[in-house]
Amino acid sequence: MLELKHIKKKFNNLPLLKNVSFFVGKDETVCILGPSGGGKSTLLRIIAGLEKPAAGDVLWKDVDISTLPPHQRKFGLMFQDYALFPHLNVFDNVAFGLRMHHIAVDEISRRVDEALEMVSLRRIANRSVTDLSGGEKQRVAFARALAPKPNLLMLDEPMGSLDRTLQDQLIKELHILISKMDIPVIYVTHNQEEAFTIADRILILNEGRIVQSGSPQYIYTHPEDLWVASFFGLNNKLEGKICSIDPLIAETVIGKITFLCGKKKLSVGEAVDLVILPTAITMTENNDDLNYFEGQIKDNIFKGNSYTMRVGIRELAEFSFQMMTPYPKGKKVGFAIDTDSILYFEKK
Amino acid sequence: MASILGHTFTPGSDAFSTDQINWNITGKAVGFTFYQAFLSTLITLLVGIPSSYLFGRFSFRGKNLLRILSTLPFILPTVVVAAGFNALIGPKGWLNLLIMDILQISTPPIRLLNSIPAILIAHVFYNTSIVIRVVGTAWEQLNQKLENAARMLGATPKKVFWKVTFPLLLPSILSATILVFLFDFTSFGVILMMGGAAFTTIEVEIYIQTMQFLNLKMAGILSLIQLTFSMLLTFLSLRISGNKNVPIISMIEGEGLKIPDSLNKKLFVFILTVILVILLVSPTIALLLRSILTFSMSNPTKEMASWAFTFENYRGLFFNDRHSLFFVPPITALRNSVLFAGATMTIALILGIMISVSYSKSERSNKYLDFLVMLPLGTSAVTLGMGYLSAFSSIPNSIRWFPVLIPMAHALIALPFVIRIIQPAIHSIPENLHEAAMTLGVPEKKLWRYLDLPLIKKPLATAAIYAFAVSLGEFGATTFLTRPEYPTLPIAIYRYLNLPGGENYGRAMAMASILLIICGSGFFIIERLQIKVKGGNQ
Repeated sequence: MLELKHIKKKFNNLPLLKNVSFFVGKDETVCILGPSGGGKSTLLRIIAGLEKPAAGDVLWKDVDISTLPPHQRKFGLMFQDYALFPHLNVFDNVAFGLRMHHIAVDEISRRVDEALEMVSLRRIANRSVTDLSGGEKQRVAFARALAPKPNLLMLDEPMGSLDRTLQDQLIKELHILISKMDIPVIYVTHNQEEAFTIADRILILNEGRIVQSGSPQYIYTHPEDLWVASFFGLNNKLEGKICSIDPLIAETVIGKITFLCGKKKLSVGEAVDLVILPTAITMTENNDDLNYFEGQIKDNIFKGNSYTMRVGIRELAEFSFQMMTPYPKGKKVGFAIDTDSILYFEKK
Repeated sequence: MASILGHTFTPGSDAFSTDQINWNITGKAVGFTFYQAFLSTLITLLVGIPSSYLFGRFSFRGKNLLRILSTLPFILPTVVVAAGFNALIGPKGWLNLLIMDILQISTPPIRLLNSIPAILIAHVFYNTSIVIRVVGTAWEQLNQKLENAARMLGATPKKVFWKVTFPLLLPSILSATILVFLFDFTSFGVILMMGGAAFTTIEVEIYIQTMQFLNLKMAGILSLIQLTFSMLLTFLSLRISGNKNVPIISMIEGEGLKIPDSLNKKLFVFILTVILVILLVSPTIALLLRSILTFSMSNPTKEMASWAFTFENYRGLFFNDRHSLFFVPPITALRNSVLFAGATMTIALILGIMISVSYSKSERSNKYLDFLVMLPLGTSAVTLGMGYLSAFSSIPNSIRWFPVLIPMAHALIALPFVIRIIQPAIHSIPENLHEAAMTLGVPEKKLWRYLDLPLIKKPLATAAIYAFAVSLGEFGATTFLTRPEYPTLPIAIYRYLNLPGGENYGRAMAMASILLIICGSGFFIIERLQIKVKGGNQ
């Protein structure tokens, strides 16, 4: 359906988007995930036609629409902060797009009702948008973007200005609404949990490049590089040097670590970054276990349904992992690292 | 004001007796006042709204300078502007001299002065800055996301303007229009100096009736008509500014500004910038040049006219020659003006701080206070001057009061501005700063000294300079209160402009230049002091 080819864009003479290409299929929900300032919103604005790329093409159903003005593209965009028209009430905000398309009055009223019903806001149709709560505004913006039945829906950080509890609730509602739709959806966010909830496929955008794409599960367990791993909060890092290929062993500051080989082939003497997934660490007293280490509990942080434990190994390294019942601070513990939950990246 | 009413409706006499009131003149004055105000406002909007678009949506080289220039008229006294336009398009002005030189003719070909176009030009000069300030700022703060949202919903660029941009700007446009109309409606100096004897507005008629015919009754009726309309307009403008739709979307400063990219946009920016520069700068430049250059047509038949650089006009300020209507040399007028301005500044600041502090958190009572404080703004300077005159002329030894009356009247005129500057500054100090200061050991009574005063230092200085400049340039009220032995600079300029002879004209130019330089410097200090208001939200 939508295809971007080699999109480039500069901002203040610095490259903001460097050769971005991707494809969004029919009724696919794609999340563009990345840190702030990475060019996510600009990418949306280029798709919308609000901004022109310095180079590259935007194709819709294989037709180049790069020169088509925004009002002729029939794409819906839900803005960050919603951009509701302050001079119009809820009904007129939602009706705005329908009126622009010269739809008959009774048809407009029917479709606005339908759109407001979808977000369960029919009862406040006559309210001024300036009186709405954050959550209500978000839903009005969603209804407004959908009312003209766009061919593609884009959402720019729709949870951005809401508080945390509201976010958790609304993201579920939004997920249900989006999964019912049969149009492509592009959802921009910097929040991985939102992306995991909403997306069929995630594109990770960093410094103007798509560094990885794939399903949420795949990306989380197979980050492309150390940056993606840290972006997902995988911070149990170790530097090492390969000292054996079969079995695969790396020499690190805390000792030798054995791990399973993935796609990339390694050779002896090669420097690698190891990332140990939090699920890889299990407590044990058996010092014969593979990858057995001893350390001291540095911290136990209550997280509601579990504890985040921090264990230090002779001031050389620190790992975090989850436990249901915590150990006290300062306790000496033994633990093993599961060989198939260790990610490795070649040093660049 | 009460005393005007008193004079108008003296007990025992039939208030509407026609013996002293010429309804014909009244009707004419009212008609012309509305006519010129309407035309002036219309032309001002025609220049001001595209200029607002220029300021609100484009970033281009020299924009900041243009912005500073466009606010200059706020502080320029009417006499300076009148003298400036006189130096530009008057019979002894640059344009005429140039054309006379080129065509070798002996009479000035352009007779713009003392005509309606002259009045209109001066009003447009003054009030375009108001439109730019009010509408331009609103345009800049109007989040472009709203326009983009409309485009995404299928609106054509034209529809985006009429359905989103225009309705959102409308309150600002209306409030600017009313303000401009109000200023045009109550304009005095411009009409008197640019229009000449042929055109009398209500203001000018009040002046003529009071000063020439001593017909206080007639002047009172005129003041009343004037007051009714201007109060109505002030009230309307307060109502509208209270209802402004402020889009509550956060935005980055300058987010909506675009560098003109297409040829059309480049042309638009270029042409409008040129027009604004000519409109805003040419009279002041013409004035400064005219004050230091003399022009003589040594032989009007063939010889080239000669221009010479001279300080003669400035030197002349120290002499008191026979043509003068004053008992004192013009430089004394400068001294008087500075003294009055100092006194005005003191009075206005003290009153301004007291009133600003008394603004409470209750919106209802603030609304009334707002109206009361803004009343002098709607009341014209002439009415104010007349009010003071008639209130104090009944007091024995009133002559001795006059030097005090001038700074009092000036302070009242400056007060609305002073309060508008100080009051928001005082009330923007967050309460928790006071609490923090108290926990750090500042006694409650000394909070003002250690916290508030240092915090509002800049707005206070701005207000002080403003009050000073207002007093220095005030013309309308002063014409009523001035005494021959205490002339102010604007009064002296006005008199000298009306005297025949190149010498007097040159002196008027020199005095106006001095006034321009003082007010201009004050203005640039204010610009430097200005605290940048970031962002468009709230």
